[in-house]
Amino acid sequence: MKKLTLVFITMFAIASMATAQKYVTKNGKISFYSDGPLEKIEAHNSQVNSAINTETGQLAFKVLMKSFIFEKALMQEHFNENYVESDKFPNATFRGKITNAQKIDFTVNGSYEADIEGELTIHGITQKVSEKGTFTVSNDGIKGDSKFFVKIADYDISIPGAVTGKIAEEIEITVNVMLKPLGAL
Amino acid sequence: MNTKQLIKLCWLTVCFIAITSVTNAQDDLMDLLNDEPATTYTYSTFKTTRISLGQSVENPANGNLVFDIQHHFGRINEGAYEFFGLDQATLRLGLQYGITDWLSVGIGRSSFEKTYDGSVKAKILRQSKGEINMPVSISYFGNIGINTLKFDDTLRTNYFSSRLSFTNQLLIARKFSNAVSLQLTPTFIHRNLVEREIDDNDVWALGAGGRFKLSNRVSLNLEYYYILSKQTSKDFQDSFTIGFDIETGGHVFQLFLTNSRGIIEQHFIARTTGDWLKGDIHFGFNISRTFVLIKPKEFRDNN
Repeated sequence: MKKLTLVFITMFAIASMATAQKYVTKNGKISFYSDGPLEKIEAHNSQVNSAINTETGQLAFKVLMKSFIFEKALMQEHFNENYVESDKFPNATFRGKITNAQKIDFTVNGSYEADIEGELTIHGITQKVSEKGTFTVSNDGIKGDSKFFVKIADYDISIPGAVTGKIAEEIEITVNVMLKPLGAL
Repeated sequence: MNTKQLIKLCWLTVCFIAITSVTNAQDDLMDLLNDEPATTYTYSTFKTTRISLGQSVENPANGNLVFDIQHHFGRINEGAYEFFGLDQATLRLGLQYGITDWLSVGIGRSSFEKTYDGSVKAKILRQSKGEINMPVSISYFGNIGINTLKFDDTLRTNYFSSRLSFTNQLLIARKFSNAVSLQLTPTFIHRNLVEREIDDNDVWALGAGGRFKLSNRVSLNLEYYYILSKQTSKDFQDSFTIGFDIETGGHVFQLFLTNSRGIIEQHFIARTTGDWLKGDIHFGFNISRTFVLIKPKEFRDNN
């Protein structure tokens, strides 16, 4: 019987190790800023879903567009209704891979620069992107940070004639996630 | 190892395989991220807190102060001498404030009989899908109007209460699609003092309104109030309005044609005298400016 218990414990250990390669969060943060001549646009989303597989270097993000909070409620309404059309396209997603994964050891605490390539889908339009990010491994989990620019026109988001040229064509996106081992949530 | 233990071991192995295969099934990381909210609430059934003249189920957002400027010009059929009505105007200036996401209050002053008004609007139900399935949004709107004209007859005893009139409305709306929203508005108006003995102190009316989007930024709005009370329907016209919401970047302008001169509910629902068929049509507009008094919590720390 003692043997049996040992086998059982070993099995469980193996099973939990298998899951420890995946890190997830449900409350990552994504913000965007754009500083146009007419309107400064700023919005924050703190309910970002994200996951990483440290073994394969795969990354995934899923962002509910309606969770972006704007300072002006009217702007938030227009963002959802007219710009990104949240009823038709409720989520923005990113599927990607760390291309320099061999340089990152997720089992050793420290800060690592990562090259990330993948497909970003906003407003139903998918574009290939490659950006840089930072992973900080600590006992708490894996912290991921990135800052990059997105061209509004690339994602078929139309700007009304009256404000063309008055709001910026590129927006700065800041990503900030704290990933925890799957199962520890 | 006896048979019993062997069976146990087999069973554990099956369990282990089951556990690991569950983990392996999540190979696509996206599958880990299926986290749709249980209930999704409908938003922007109408673009502003008014369909055109009357109230819509929308409230000012929590912490937002809205300054309203409302104009109804004179009648178009008054001709070139009155510049098709533009020489005269009824004006209302108002403020609305969102105390919470479901409760707002407002004050205003209308040039029609120098009337001050105070109002409250509360959301009772919100249209939603998912775990909570609700086909309509329902709000309550109530106001008090205070007429501040000098009393006609200074010889009799005049009471302050004679200046008061009240509106109670249920706003029942459904956003059928991105383009079409409709609203029914049962209305009860009470006036403390009316001109003649046969006039109704209590006026019942049923309003119906809708917005039809012509594009993402322009919508056609229709509004009609059917007077149910007998004497009032004999003496006055039902209010009918055709309007457009035009959104330009950050603001919404409402332009409309109506047979009503009055701007607050007790005036345009119960005391409209213009007849569309005779050309008694007023051009009018609403413009508003929103001030964010209390920022959403995401913005409080950074700025």
